[in-house]
Amino acid sequence: MRDTANTLVWPASTFMIALILSVVPMPDVAVAIRPPWPALVMIYWTLVAPERFGLMTAMALGLAVDTLSGALLGQNAFAMLIITYFGLKFHLRLRFSPISQTTITVFGMLLVYEFILFWVDGVAGRTVPFSERWMPLLIGTLLWPLVLEVLDRIRKHDQARIEV
Amino acid sequence: MKAPGGIGGGREAPSIGLKFLLLAAISLGFMVIDHRNDHLSQVRQVFSIAVYPIEIAVNLPFKTWRWATISLAERATLLRENSELKNLQLRYDVRLQRMAAIEAENVRLRAMLDSSAQIDDRVLVAEILAVDLDPYRQRFSINRGLQDEVYVGQALLDANGVVGQIVGVEVFTSEAVLISDPDHAVPVSVNRNGLRTIAVGTGDSGSLRLPYLTNSADIETGDLLVSSGLGGVFPSGYPVGRVIEVERRPGQSFADVIVKPASELDRDREVLLVWSEEDPDKQYDETKLVETDP
Repeated sequence: MRDTANTLVWPASTFMIALILSVVPMPDVAVAIRPPWPALVMIYWTLVAPERFGLMTAMALGLAVDTLSGALLGQNAFAMLIITYFGLKFHLRLRFSPISQTTITVFGMLLVYEFILFWVDGVAGRTVPFSERWMPLLIGTLLWPLVLEVLDRIRKHDQARIEV
Repeated sequence: MKAPGGIGGGREAPSIGLKFLLLAAISLGFMVIDHRNDHLSQVRQVFSIAVYPIEIAVNLPFKTWRWATISLAERATLLRENSELKNLQLRYDVRLQRMAAIEAENVRLRAMLDSSAQIDDRVLVAEILAVDLDPYRQRFSINRGLQDEVYVGQALLDANGVVGQIVGVEVFTSEAVLISDPDHAVPVSVNRNGLRTIAVGTGDSGSLRLPYLTNSADIETGDLLVSSGLGGVFPSGYPVGRVIEVERRPGQSFADVIVKPASELDRDREVLLVWSEEDPDKQYDETKLVETDP
């Protein structure tokens, strides 16, 4: 019981930080290239701990993003669910593959994510050119190795602490 | 992968595919309902309470910075600012005295014309939360919500003029749209001659457009536009902007008029919420009275 509570504190705080980063005010230039932080962190936890962070987490996180950003309720939740589903399906194959390969997969997942946001925007009548969605996608992919490294450290530190 | 087998085994019971379909259907349902109408505002309110700590966390550093710049400011600066403000206050007081006389005269004249007099609007200062909403829309949130009796459609002003209106109310916060949002329009009239038209947002917080003016319309660069009060959202008589460019195109029937907003839409930190005389509850009461009377 105490173990599960402990193992949830660190992941939960990484989700919080991702949410904060996704709405913290920045200059216009930085806003245009802001990577989808919650999606990156979600992908990470799905790949390394699929038995704990799955579709329910994705749903909750997506709804939090929607509420915070004032987007259509369910838009980010839907996109997040789809990439998490892919993550759950392929995590066994991805967990041990080299970083270059996971980065390509993450690019694919973020592409799907951004495309769904773009598509829902289009259906809802809020047209944003897809060209403006490229930069977050590219920056997000480039940041993946960094996210992987940082979150790996947090997770290992956490596990070491619990085992002691 | 580190979790004991018992937990992993217990969670695998419902198939992932089924769970995915169910949750995806729920989120699609949310989107459809949220897009079609406003039935989800209750749900949104619940979620907004859940994410309120995050909004606070995001806003905190900015608030601390503001507080620090004020409290660590030099004494000399504060004294200078204080005396400047006192001067300003004095000037305003003098102007206000004249205003009182003019207002009284205005009420008398209106009474003679048998039209309703304009009463003072009730206002409340709201702080803009340093939270970036969707960068492709001109929206922001403020730190007033249901608990301050904010309502959807309420007008927002700042020291210089009209800023926007409320589009969503949650418990502690509200979402507002700027007049420069491409989906937003303000009914305005030209202060010089009373010409009425509509100012539409462009998506750029530095400009509005007047798309419904014909080439022959009497409008010039430098004209001040004030809210006309038509439509019942914005109280009448507040500055909206100044015309900075009029292009009359001979081939087209409508002129291209660009307006610079009076308020500093991208620089505001505080805004005023206005309860105008035509607030929706009051109107509702009046209609009820009319219905029950006969």
